[in-house]
Amino acid sequence: MRFVDEFRDAELGRAVATEILGAVEPGRHYKLMEVCGGHTHSIYKYGVDDLLPENVELVHGPGCPVCVIPMGRVDDGIALARRPEVIFTCFGDMLRVPGSDGSLLEAKAAGADVRMVYSPLDALRIAKANPEREVVFFAIGFETTAPSTALTLKRARVEDVRNFSCMCNHVTIVPPLRALLDSPDLRLDGFIGPGHVSTVVGARPFAFIPADYGKPVVIAGFEPLDILHAIRMLLAQLADGRCAVENQYTRVVPWEGNRRALEAMAEVFELRPHFEWRGLGFISQSGLRLSDAYADLDAERRFDVPGVRVADPKACQCGEVLKGVIKPWECKVFGTACTPERPIGTCMVSSEGACAAYYNFGRFARGEREAV
Amino acid sequence: MRSRGGPELAKAGARDAPSGRDQRSRGDREQRILAIIETARAKAPRFRDERVTMAHGAGGKATQSLIEGLFVPAFDSPALAALGDAGLLAVDGTELALTTDAFVVKPLRFPGGSIGELAVNGTVNDLAVAGARPLALSLSLILEEGLAADELRAEVEAIARAAQAAGVEVIAGDTKVVERGHADGMYVTTSGIGRRDPRSALSPGALRAGDRVLLSGAIGAHGTAIMLARGEFDLGAEIASDTRSLWPAADALLDAAGPALRCMRDATRGGVASVLNELARSSGVGLLVQEAAVPVQPPVAGACELLGIDPLYVANEGVLVAFAAPEAADDALRALRAVAGCEDAAEIGAVRAEPPGLVLVETSFGGRRVMDQLVGDPLPRIC
Repeated sequence: MRFVDEFRDAELGRAVATEILGAVEPGRHYKLMEVCGGHTHSIYKYGVDDLLPENVELVHGPGCPVCVIPMGRVDDGIALARRPEVIFTCFGDMLRVPGSDGSLLEAKAAGADVRMVYSPLDALRIAKANPEREVVFFAIGFETTAPSTALTLKRARVEDVRNFSCMCNHVTIVPPLRALLDSPDLRLDGFIGPGHVSTVVGARPFAFIPADYGKPVVIAGFEPLDILHAIRMLLAQLADGRCAVENQYTRVVPWEGNRRALEAMAEVFELRPHFEWRGLGFISQSGLRLSDAYADLDAERRFDVPGVRVADPKACQCGEVLKGVIKPWECKVFGTACTPERPIGTCMVSSEGACAAYYNFGRFARGEREAV
Repeated sequence: MRSRGGPELAKAGARDAPSGRDQRSRGDREQRILAIIETARAKAPRFRDERVTMAHGAGGKATQSLIEGLFVPAFDSPALAALGDAGLLAVDGTELALTTDAFVVKPLRFPGGSIGELAVNGTVNDLAVAGARPLALSLSLILEEGLAADELRAEVEAIARAAQAAGVEVIAGDTKVVERGHADGMYVTTSGIGRRDPRSALSPGALRAGDRVLLSGAIGAHGTAIMLARGEFDLGAEIASDTRSLWPAADALLDAAGPALRCMRDATRGGVASVLNELARSSGVGLLVQEAAVPVQPPVAGACELLGIDPLYVANEGVLVAFAAPEAADDALRALRAVAGCEDAAEIGAVRAEPPGLVLVETSFGGRRVMDQLVGDPLPRIC
């Protein structure tokens, strides 16, 4: 594929990996967080961490949208899906996320009409094709997917589609980062900034990380070469004792955000006072709901949603794993109460979460370490 | 130390520079937890779900729990417990293979084939990769009330054509009709019987370190063609299913490698990745796959990229994976490439002693990762 393969070139990759090896100080340990789940996926898919020196460690951040949805919200979604008049629509990878009593996939097996869509517009299309049914779109994601939900709701309004509504679980990226950075035991040296989110919000919102917390940020693209390049740039900042927001993903990300997308979001959404994150607890002003102007399209106001709150078990230490304070296997519930089949925290939900990866491949990783 | 102080920090600082004893006990704890996980994973999978979900039909871990946790214990048959593509039995000294397969594809017709053609080739292929020459098929049809006669006729003709091409006869059959809404047009089940070929004793437990992994053609075409034919995505790619009989490929491999041919599998549900994981487990070996060596047609690669799906997990209906001893691998590959439809055959990796039960991929970017079994259907990612 042209314009993609260039960013997956093994030879260039090796060249950057060699530069990285030259840029690390021996004896110093580097912990870098890739904020976005898309980065985690690329790192995993291309084996990027395998190309890094031993003392550069990547910590998977809270930017996997399905992993941070708390169990109570999944339960609420399932309660909606079980209503006989409802066609419940959501993105594919949300289907398997466990609530306190099963996943949407299991609800579907028990008779709920749950359908996977690739875009909120598909959900709107389903609503128009089934005027006698109520179609609910379970919206998730950061600022990356929020504009498409906003535009879909605007279109539903213009076309007067009355049997369509949205259960909004959109979240914003800055508050969880601030929550991580505010904790006194943080052990991260720098951040690989989220490329997709930044195409919408721009690079500017991340300026608080160097300004307030003295940590470098490099916003990166999603191809393996992008990620290696961003790590190289972070190491250069650390070597020079600098900290700034740098943009590796200049082919897509501007300093200022996408004005039209932000305007659509501002019209359709408003901030919730607080929103719960799986494994991280409540974070204030971190979630979005539909604004009053769109209240009639809000599934939470249209239906009687139970509003369950299922507490994460107290023993869950996802927050500390995310901050890089402990390794997955040091968590009290790891491998016993919390497994990939019955995950408790965000790090175990996605197969690329730090805990799930360690659960599945830890033995291999340790064997390799010892072989070196 | 750059961050702010406090008792938390002191604790964390202590973690950074553990004393010799701390380091040892930390290592012990990690070792102990890895051992717990290992024990849990080594246990035979149990079927504990409350209901059947679509994941149980997707060929990954959930399917495995159904087969190994429910069916195999219930039927208590060594031939079944071998979990080959076909069950093996001997009748008065004649070695036979028996297999059965149900087809529920939607839509019934798709670029490159149809349900009838699939139903013949799928069963023929299960026999072929078990090292058995397909002899005869039975055919069972479940038809939905209201199915157009022309559609039925077209599928019956497709079955006849595919059977003739594969050199098998349909010698028995059954028909049921269910009410409208209770089947997607038609479901087709075929069972097949074949005579085991004496040239090699294939077994899923036969893989040895040093063996080579061969693939008979480009992967991912069937599953991608079906996804696009369902019309859920506005993608206009020209991708046709690869459905075909694999007996000619199996025959050529048996001829070229003989007893050095260890095992064959057709990479249907769950794709090549699932087959490799199954065999790494049943032989207790590690596999190392070179991603760059795996043939994928550009339109398939493009469609999978857009949908966020890895072609290694996508179903094929005309691709087999073969394992051959190193001294026979080159001849086997040459023989395979001479078979019509297998021109893209490639050596994609090798068997290693370590790590047992795991499949590793060297990515085309140069890093390595574990290629795990799927839990359920491959679901597209949002981000």
